[in-house]
Amino acid sequence: MSVDKTTVSRVARLARINIDDDRLEPMAQELSAIMSWIEQLNEVNTDDVEPLASVTGHALPMREDVVSDGDMAEKVVQNAPESMSGFFVVPKVVE
Amino acid sequence: MTNHEQTNPENKNLVEGRTGLWEVVIGLEVHAQVSSQSKLFSGSSPSFGAGPNEHVSLVDAAMPGMLPVINQFCVEQAVKTGLGLNAEVNLFSVFDRKNYFYADLPQGYQISQYKQPIIGEGVITIDLKDGTSREIGIERLHLEQDAGKSMHDQHPSKSYIDLNRSGVALMEIVSKPDMRSAEEAAAYVTKLRSILRFLGTCDGNMEEGSMRADVNVSVRRPGDEFGTRTETKNLNSIRFISQAINAEVARQIEIIEDGGVIDQETRLFDTSTGLTRSMRSKEDAHDYRYFPDPDLLPLVFEQSWVDGIKANLPELPDALKARLMDQYGLSPYDATVIAEDLETAAFYEKVAAGRDAKLASNWMTVELFGALNKLGKTLAESPVSPEQLGALVGLISDGTISGRIAKDVFAEMIETSGDPDAIIEEKGLKQVSDTGAIEAMIDDVLANNQDKVDEYRGGKDKLFGFFVGQVMKASKGQANPGVVNQMLKSKLDG
Amino acid sequence: MTDLLKMTAVEARAALDDKSISAVELTDAYLAAADETQALNAYTEITHDKAREMAAASDGRLAKGEGGALEGLPIGVKDLFCTMGVETTACSNILNGFKPVYESTVTQNLWDDGAVMLGKLNCDEFAMGSANETSARGAVASPWTVDGDDQDYAPGGSSGGSAASVAAHSSIMATGTDTGGSIRQPAAFCGVVGIKPTYGRCSRRGIVAFASSLDQAGPITRDVADGALMLQSMASHDLGDSTSVADPMPNLMAGLEDGIKGMTIGIPSEYTMDGMDSQITALWEEGRKWLEDAGATCVEVSLPHTQYALPTYYIVAPAEASSNLARYDGVKYGQRVEGESLDDMYAKTRAAGFGDEVTRRILIGTYVLSAGYYDAYYLKAQKTRRLIQNDFIDAFKKVDLLLTPTTPSAAFPIGQKVTDPVTMYLNDIFTVPASLAGVPAMSVPAGLADNGLPLGLQLIAPSFHEDTLVKAGRVLEKAAGFTATASRVASRVAGQ
Repeated sequence: MSVDKTTVSRVARLARINIDDDRLEPMAQELSAIMSWIEQLNEVNTDDVEPLASVTGHALPMREDVVSDGDMAEKVVQNAPESMSGFFVVPKVVE
Repeated sequence: MTNHEQTNPENKNLVEGRTGLWEVVIGLEVHAQVSSQSKLFSGSSPSFGAGPNEHVSLVDAAMPGMLPVINQFCVEQAVKTGLGLNAEVNLFSVFDRKNYFYADLPQGYQISQYKQPIIGEGVITIDLKDGTSREIGIERLHLEQDAGKSMHDQHPSKSYIDLNRSGVALMEIVSKPDMRSAEEAAAYVTKLRSILRFLGTCDGNMEEGSMRADVNVSVRRPGDEFGTRTETKNLNSIRFISQAINAEVARQIEIIEDGGVIDQETRLFDTSTGLTRSMRSKEDAHDYRYFPDPDLLPLVFEQSWVDGIKANLPELPDALKARLMDQYGLSPYDATVIAEDLETAAFYEKVAAGRDAKLASNWMTVELFGALNKLGKTLAESPVSPEQLGALVGLISDGTISGRIAKDVFAEMIETSGDPDAIIEEKGLKQVSDTGAIEAMIDDVLANNQDKVDEYRGGKDKLFGFFVGQVMKASKGQANPGVVNQMLKSKLDG
Repeated sequence: MTDLLKMTAVEARAALDDKSISAVELTDAYLAAADETQALNAYTEITHDKAREMAAASDGRLAKGEGGALEGLPIGVKDLFCTMGVETTACSNILNGFKPVYESTVTQNLWDDGAVMLGKLNCDEFAMGSANETSARGAVASPWTVDGDDQDYAPGGSSGGSAASVAAHSSIMATGTDTGGSIRQPAAFCGVVGIKPTYGRCSRRGIVAFASSLDQAGPITRDVADGALMLQSMASHDLGDSTSVADPMPNLMAGLEDGIKGMTIGIPSEYTMDGMDSQITALWEEGRKWLEDAGATCVEVSLPHTQYALPTYYIVAPAEASSNLARYDGVKYGQRVEGESLDDMYAKTRAAGFGDEVTRRILIGTYVLSAGYYDAYYLKAQKTRRLIQNDFIDAFKKVDLLLTPTTPSAAFPIGQKVTDPVTMYLNDIFTVPASLAGVPAMSVPAGLADNGLPLGLQLIAPSFHEDTLVKAGRVLEKAAGFTATASRVASRVAGQ
């Protein structure tokens, strides 16, 4: 599977990572090399194989419905690059 | 394909355009907040009205390495709701990540359920104003996290982010595209809210955001394939849902009739103009890259656990409505109104206990609701208790007071929260049925109006009402109108 | 002083108990060693004050006879573990300045057992790498060099700082994390012991996530007994991690010297590759003999899907990573690069914050999950992963353990492989299968290559059989008699 520049652009946009124009072609080549190496999986017969998402055979553990967390607004925003009156602050969003 | 998707030949909701009739197709995605003490995957509180980021845990804020752990109560509520929607409960379901970037989505993904939701197909019956009912299909119900909140009006170039709602447990209930008018959509949301409230799984409080709807609307010529739909997001009242649908229908018909095509897009409803507009921030092609959340395991439970929940389900609106019609002889309409919420039904059953059920229903839905509406009060805040209103209905039925007097007594009850007996006693409003006393009053009236008596006997029948009025006036309204009628008739005609 | 650095953790713990040394003394020796070996760049931060404070507290508890299992032992912490109040960046610029207000469960377990924190250890950025060259804090130099040459060799990765510091005697033990070999491969390269326990043994809570379904914490230590001691403390059932397992960890120290008489060891025929170092093949054969000499029976087994493990891993891990790393968006923590809009800020922040390898893996992960490719790549990989797990399940019906090389080669000079991602990925060819299957595995130093660099052998056990694993590891260790000390620190450790 060859990955072209347009695909790299699209994927980078989805991942919200700026890629400089002059990096698109080299990145496309790197990803193509990786993806074509991955293609060997096509040799594997996976008919009727149940996909494995987690190796843990357990059912999902559940917790009690009690308030046991929160009330630490200061700590929550403590590491934020920008905050104001307890809010996180970001460039204005237009809906 | 179910036959829900066909045009119903009896669809009376077709919309007239410039070029002919259009059929409206509506599907709803309702987000209902689970009535829980803590969030879906963290131990912080989902309650409304805290200061910025106060109800936020390290999990809700997506701190590195902090992991979700599911709230068992929320799972139970989803199952309970599924049973209330007559839906299939999936004993195996999976939480997926829905990946997208947004300021109020701290993880960069929302934990939701995509391919394998906890609840599958179901059906609910909606009640329309003309007393008829329709079935609306439920596609699925799944559990998911709510996002935080962005505030755009605090600063000229910044948005402020509050994560208090981040991680709050939501049930997304998706209908089939079975609705054909704004009225049906409104009836659907009303019914859904009733069911959730009866079950106690969601408080249905739309003002505080614990229930909101995304509306999918398309139009087509009757009998055609579905048209392209738009999704109008985040409607937080039944009125806005209706307005948004009607605005969207008008907009779409106009575009198509002008030769245009509908873009499949996400729109916002502007409450100030009553119109919808395209949502710029969602223009990006959606590619949510769903995949099973590796921080969680499949949600698995036993049928016996589901059966246990089912055995303890409360009476639901349809069963209650049927019982009200059967037990009290109420009309479908009255039964629907009373069965809309548990509080109303419980109030009604106390008013009607051992009394004239129809009279009780009239007094409650017309007089009491009218008075509360004027006062801007809810039923819970009613100055008249169900016992007091029941007593009043009893006093009317046994002839102690007339319906007319009852209205005066009721007005006094609303004012003072007094018992009807006491008010009647105090004001001497007890109805006079003593024939001797009434006869004396009639004799007086006739003697004082001999000219009118002659005219009446000369053929002017309409004057009968005048005599009745005079007698009632003389009795200060307390004479039993039936007795007055009967005695006047025999005196005048006799 | 030098005696302090020569002691293993088990020995030091005994010396602390019999009061022949104090925790402060031991900690000071290690702090000095950490300072003196800073040229290796193993530490990203040395927490002198915190270490001395914790050591003093340890001495207090030891005096009262209340010492925990790791009381007074100075350990290093991979920078992937969130440590309260101490900068934690996963060696990525995107987390610059992040000081967690919480402690990871694993490190908390260590502190609860009395361990002393020396500082944070360098690693590949977000644990993505096999040479510790992707770290935003710079590469780590292995304390090992090739005879007669002063060129810097890679310590392996991603837990390169951890393995290097244990080998350099600048920490008595260190935490690592292993997603596809990130504990075992650097342990092999640095001549130390590394254990990746069964998936779910060590809580992931508070560890910066790379690939959630694969990430496991584990110990990197100078010998097998230390590994057993440390793993026992690290592991716990944590209600804060839904994938944490409740099955109690067997007492690893109790049966450590029990041997492996009567056990059957599988030698998987697929654990070989083109261009594999013949010295590795020879060492593997030797390892087989050592186990047989100890009374085990070795048999050939087949894990037919082994060759597909690596490509499977390079779909699953980047896919999960692309989602796990979405939270680094310049809003809640770390660095931000301002932009004209929210999206612009995101894209600039992430471009500046992530290094090349992380960017590459995020793009691969995003690509394999994107519309139209999910079934062909992600779903396909999940199915192959099932087949790989089944290979292990089938093999463990016949054998108690598997013996394989840890890596296909010894360490390589820094910078040699960084230009070709796929070649770099091949480093993990023997370690990735156990990660995908979730089974426990360890690397034991077993010999030196001709050029003097260490080589490791890998033991793989069925899930929850860490006790069998360390028993066999101890047998290998004794038979191999690996006593070499890393060349760059040998003189200092010897006390010259």
